[in-house]
Amino acid sequence: MTRFLLKFSKNAKRYLLASILCAGVAIFFNFLMPRIVGFTVDSVIGDAETNLPAFLERFYERLGGREYLRANLIVCSAGVVLSAVISGAFNFLSRSSLAAGTERFTKNLRDALYRHTQFLPFSWHTEHLTGDIIQRCTSDVETARRFISQQLIDVVRTVILVVLALVIMFSMHPGLAAMTLGFIPFIMAYNTFFFLRIARKFKECDETEGVLMTDVQENLTGVRVVRAFGRERHELKKFDKWNELFAKKWIDLGLTLGVYWGVGDVVSAIQLMSVVAVGAYLAATGRLTLGELLVFISYTTTMAWPVRQLGRTLSEMSKAGVSFGRMKEILDAPAEEPGGETEPPLRGDIEFKNVTFSYDDTEVLHDVSFTVKAGTTFGILGATGSGKSTITYLLNRLYELPEGCGEITIGGMDIRKMDRYALRRGVGLVLQEPFLFSRTILENIDLASRSGDRALIKKRAAAASIDGDIEGFSDGYDTMVGERGVTLSGGQKQRVAIARTLMTGAPIMVFDDSMSSLDMETDARIQKTIREETKDATVLLISHRISTLMRADKIIVLENGRVIESGTHWELLEHGGIYRRVYDIQTGGGEADA
Amino acid sequence: MRESTDHEGKLDLRLWLRLGPYVKKVRRPLIISIVLLAVSSLAEAAYPLFTSYAVNTFVVPGVTRGIGLFALVYALIILAGGVAVAFYSRSSMVVELTTGKLLKRACFVHLQELPISFYSTTPVGYLLSRVMSDTDRISSMISWGIIHMLWNLCYIIGAVVFMFLLKPSLAAILILVIPITAVITWIFEKKILVENRKMRAFNSMITGAYNEGITGAKASKTLVIEEDNCASFGVLTGKMYRASVRTAMLRGFLLPLILFCGSLAVAAVLKRGGHQVMVGGMDLGVMSAFISYAVGIIEPVVEIAGVITDIMAAQVCIERVTALLDEPCLIEDTAEVKEKYGDSFEPKTENWEPIRGDVTFDHVWFKYPDGGDWVLEDFSLHIPAGTTVAIVGETGAGKSTLVNLACRFYEPTEGRVLIDGRDSRERSQLWLHSSLGCVLQDPHLFSGTIAENIRYGRLEAEEEDVIRAARLVSADQVAARLPDGYKTEVGEGGDRLSTGEKQLISFARAMIADPPIFVLDEATSSIDTETEQLIQNAISRVLTGRTAFIIAHRLSTIRQADLIIVVDDGRIVEQGTHGELMAAGGAYAALYEAMRIKEEDEEVFDGR
Repeated sequence: MTRFLLKFSKNAKRYLLASILCAGVAIFFNFLMPRIVGFTVDSVIGDAETNLPAFLERFYERLGGREYLRANLIVCSAGVVLSAVISGAFNFLSRSSLAAGTERFTKNLRDALYRHTQFLPFSWHTEHLTGDIIQRCTSDVETARRFISQQLIDVVRTVILVVLALVIMFSMHPGLAAMTLGFIPFIMAYNTFFFLRIARKFKECDETEGVLMTDVQENLTGVRVVRAFGRERHELKKFDKWNELFAKKWIDLGLTLGVYWGVGDVVSAIQLMSVVAVGAYLAATGRLTLGELLVFISYTTTMAWPVRQLGRTLSEMSKAGVSFGRMKEILDAPAEEPGGETEPPLRGDIEFKNVTFSYDDTEVLHDVSFTVKAGTTFGILGATGSGKSTITYLLNRLYELPEGCGEITIGGMDIRKMDRYALRRGVGLVLQEPFLFSRTILENIDLASRSGDRALIKKRAAAASIDGDIEGFSDGYDTMVGERGVTLSGGQKQRVAIARTLMTGAPIMVFDDSMSSLDMETDARIQKTIREETKDATVLLISHRISTLMRADKIIVLENGRVIESGTHWELLEHGGIYRRVYDIQTGGGEADA
Repeated sequence: MRESTDHEGKLDLRLWLRLGPYVKKVRRPLIISIVLLAVSSLAEAAYPLFTSYAVNTFVVPGVTRGIGLFALVYALIILAGGVAVAFYSRSSMVVELTTGKLLKRACFVHLQELPISFYSTTPVGYLLSRVMSDTDRISSMISWGIIHMLWNLCYIIGAVVFMFLLKPSLAAILILVIPITAVITWIFEKKILVENRKMRAFNSMITGAYNEGITGAKASKTLVIEEDNCASFGVLTGKMYRASVRTAMLRGFLLPLILFCGSLAVAAVLKRGGHQVMVGGMDLGVMSAFISYAVGIIEPVVEIAGVITDIMAAQVCIERVTALLDEPCLIEDTAEVKEKYGDSFEPKTENWEPIRGDVTFDHVWFKYPDGGDWVLEDFSLHIPAGTTVAIVGETGAGKSTLVNLACRFYEPTEGRVLIDGRDSRERSQLWLHSSLGCVLQDPHLFSGTIAENIRYGRLEAEEEDVIRAARLVSADQVAARLPDGYKTEVGEGGDRLSTGEKQLISFARAMIADPPIFVLDEATSSIDTETEQLIQNAISRVLTGRTAFIIAHRLSTIRQADLIIVVDDGRIVEQGTHGELMAAGGAYAALYEAMRIKEEDEEVFDGR
């Protein structure tokens, strides 16, 4: 845990240290106030011997001694205000640098988590639940933040406070100081014990709340079922049951908490009372001055609350360990390694050689081999689950082909020897359900290309037949996508994604079922322009629609992870296999020609 | 839902009065709390008096006799204060949880009465936070907000009274500190409130960014924009950093200011009080009490200012909850109907007529509550009991409108829907809904076992009934495949089952009550061939002998229908039997052709 903390507090450490130092100074001057009051009561108003450090004594004498102060009580008052101002100033500095330190730490942590999730392999993402990751990146970060900004500092501050108070108190009257000190372990133990004990009850309450929450949520998401079966009464009964239980659990906890608070108050007040009573006895018998008694009372009051909190803080600090562990799990997952050839020969032929690939234990590709000649258009026909998407994932190394499962080469170079990012930059991929970011449409199209060239963006949008739709939105190209803006239809998203990929001018373009939501005419029009826009690019078209594939230079048919037919459109029709049958169905019956 | 966004610094009493009925229910514990907190805070306010007494009686004259008794009395007061704390904490908890419970219940009940149309425009997450967190915050304001405020107020009043009893002239000076501290805290708290709001906004943007970064991981990788994402995320966390530090500095400045106010008070006591002690106008004990008060009175003032800002902030929650409670129930049974048939929570089933399932649309005009064009214009159609009606059309064409009207999830804008010859508004909603068997496209199951889910269709059903219903629609095969059979937990929303399995269970749930009216929204999502076959068998078995509305996506289902209604762009464009419509060669014929291609394609690849 310490290593974890240090790693993310590189530029925050000195602020945290400064904060602690300033807190010490602030506490010191805060403790000076009661001393000034005590001194005034004893040696100015009263006639006790002054008992000041040498330099203060000299200053006191030069000022004119007791007589001067008696005539000018305002000087004592000014001393109180001055120490308050100094204490306040350092308090402010302490808090500001604490904030600067913890917020730096938090930013480091947040950025590191984000960066790491960006560079984790795609397979990691498919294996983990989004909600869980987000929770780790948000609430666990918050726990870590609180750990430093509140708990850790609170402990340090309380320790300084107690030590400083005790030093001063012991210098005045060791016996009374020892008595005051005697209460502290007891108070701390009581609080720690109690909090550990009710932590379980708290957890139970939280769990009941979770159940109630789930109940309401299920009722709301299932509202159509509830209504259709007329089950409102049943639902209300169920809700009442949980709602009552929830209230009951908390009220029960309230009883325990009440006792805890009450006893805590009593213990602290008894501590103060003992100081007052014993102190009064000591003062009455001349073993303590009145001023010192007032200092004791004041210090005891100041210490009471932080000491009570300390027990709670200590018991809560243990929770932070769990959060650190959960974050570490993300940060320790191995990220994708870049490395390899940064300028791979992407304009060469793409070759799949005996590729076999499995997810978990399910084989999705079996001994797949084919060659895509550079600059040609290549079609892959297959149904859902035939393994056609896996081909694209392997090609741009979203999934890594393990050793011994065949080889994928581009321009004769194994893609595993290429720099991952150079490869992906060179493979423009459009997916069936493309993801658009919640930015403007313009930014979405220019996302990978970063050209900032508005005219070019419009040209590519026109090539993807989406320009008309975009002009129709209220803010045109500057319309926001997503929650804060327009919701695009599946077909519109696909076309924006096509424009986005066209912008990159990648030497290899893969359209993975990316025209499925478009009608045949738009599909054909876009294909024509794509071919014109990307003259020398190698294009892979993946579809279950013959009309999308028929103009390709070569087509393969994929079924259950195997290549079962390959050839040109006409060759495949001649061959009379699955391709032919799909063609017949899609063109509406038996005619050979469309 | 409507919601105002601007509530800076204005306390709207009318909103708070809306809570009256809920507070009334907790009058007793609230009063107990208030009485006890007064005891506790007055005890605390009296502590300096003991110091003062000890100084005057023991320290100054140098007497030790009576210190024991003094300590005893002091301890008793402390004990009384402690007991008061324990009990008012408990009753405040009762106040908090009871008001919270009542508010939650009121929201829940109202949500059961709101029309389905309300749910299609309001996200569940939004409603959930109204029912859960907003009500929690309101109830904690009613209890702890009031407690803190009154406790501190009592303390201040007590302290002021004690000070005046001790030395009015010095008390008058000290009191001046109260408004100064209050004003300073108030100004700062309001600023902090605004900053906090900003921070929360940034915080949710950060959560959003994580969400996008993770759900969009595939896109980011294929576009190789990871570095750009990290850079823009860094900008966002940078903004959050600055906002957080600014807020912390505001807070960091407030504290020393308050400390400063306190030191001014101490300084005043020292100057004025010290002088009086020297000239003999006051004793040292009184002065030491004043010093304690000078320090002690500051914090309660700060607390009160803090509580007031909290209350201001909580007002938004009241606004949101009352807005939810004020949301109109567009579909409501009339008083006479409720009188005869009961409402959704207290039905009078003894007065319910049996239902045959004859549905008539009588000159129905309809448009959706959120506006737009007429969806139905003067539509009339008689569906005799036992008819199977298939509704077909493109996705988003408005196929569910007729079903929603027949089931009275919506009511016609004009015209009538008759059930068994009588306007459906003449009977209660529950009467109709209890006779429906519904299978929805995305079949929602509740967490619990398979048996419990099937029993949802008829709560008093025996185990044999559950099994019989399951067998009727082949859902028994789902149960047979699972480790614990009918006792298998399905998980939240039925997540542990596949869509096809969920649909079979929901068929059984619909069938167990043997409903005269059956509604089916066929699944479009891909279901494995085997389950698909089971579902097709289930459909043909459940159609016999009841009125059925099917929003159909499969040819085999459509061909079984007695009547086919073709919907396009929210309007009914054709109606008739399969033969008639094919012969007409219109929209239906085209749609049929497209569906045929799709299904046959799937068959070719599915190993024939």
